[in-house]
Amino acid sequence: MPDNEDIPVLLTTVDKMVNWARRSSIWPVTFGLACCAIEMMAMSASRYDIARFGAEVFRGSPRQSDLMIVAGRLSRKMAPVLRRIYDQMPEPKYVISMGACASVGGVFDNYAIVQGVDQVVPVDVFVPGCPPRPESLIYGIVQLQKKIDRSKAFA
Amino acid sequence: MDSTAIIDVLSRTVPAAGLESVKAGDGMPTLYVAVDQLLPACRALRDTPELGFAFLADLLPVDYYPRQPRFEIVYLLASLGVAGFGDTPKRLRVKVRVPADGVVPSVSSVWPAANWSEREAYDFFGINFGDHPDMRRILMPEDWEGFPLRKDYPVQIKQPVKVYEPLQVSQEQFVANIEATRDRARKD
Repeated sequence: MPDNEDIPVLLTTVDKMVNWARRSSIWPVTFGLACCAIEMMAMSASRYDIARFGAEVFRGSPRQSDLMIVAGRLSRKMAPVLRRIYDQMPEPKYVISMGACASVGGVFDNYAIVQGVDQVVPVDVFVPGCPPRPESLIYGIVQLQKKIDRSKAFA
Repeated sequence: MDSTAIIDVLSRTVPAAGLESVKAGDGMPTLYVAVDQLLPACRALRDTPELGFAFLADLLPVDYYPRQPRFEIVYLLASLGVAGFGDTPKRLRVKVRVPADGVVPSVSSVWPAANWSEREAYDFFGINFGDHPDMRRILMPEDWEGFPLRKDYPVQIKQPVKVYEPLQVSQEQFVANIEATRDRARKD
């Protein structure tokens, strides 16, 4: 039996371990609906560099994604599509509603646009702005990370 | 070539087309055509050598609710003025008056470009293009109720958003669906 000092041991809980892994690699699904998607792309590019927070891997398939950023206005015709993509994502999954249109309909107060994507999918974080600056969206992702940290992985 | 000159040429081919020239604010030659003579008039506009309006730039309905007749359909034509397509480049605006329950002959047999424009006019204004080859909605969801750009349509809809159940298709339905789509593509 060697001395304790020779054995590198860290004690933690499984919850903390799992939450750390989940929040450090939030992979978003590629899903841009309108002009907010331009800011989302800026966020993922080198200037704002969301890779610092582990969320830079935009996946082409919902099967490989953890996060859906609803970036733009959602038309009523698109709503079933959005819901289906959300249904195809594996648990645990999170949704960020980006910008005024996705959150409450924005300026599009008319027959064609869904007045808030929370009518279609459960939303974790609302990011205000028209469009939000990339920093705002990064802040939204950090808030989501805090939310994941608070959650119980095996509740 | 102003609208009266165009009417002179046109009335040689279709004398009873109810042609009527109007002065447009932008100076573009504009004329009304009776709806029952629309098709021969359009064909003459395209095929008469000195006119040669071979290009339908746009087709749009206007809702004048509550005026009667309720709708007008505007056809924006261009004559390119190159070999075989008219003698000089010129533009023309053709209008027809349509009552709310009226039927408009489809001009997609004259200008194939009218096909999707007429579908759009049906989609948003509910205008019935009688002999159109493929009269379906083009932009709105297929099961949409009403015609949203009519003046008496509500701006906002307080209805729950339609989110469909996960798709459950049997193998036979799946194959039939693919074959129907393929047949439609071949027909086009």
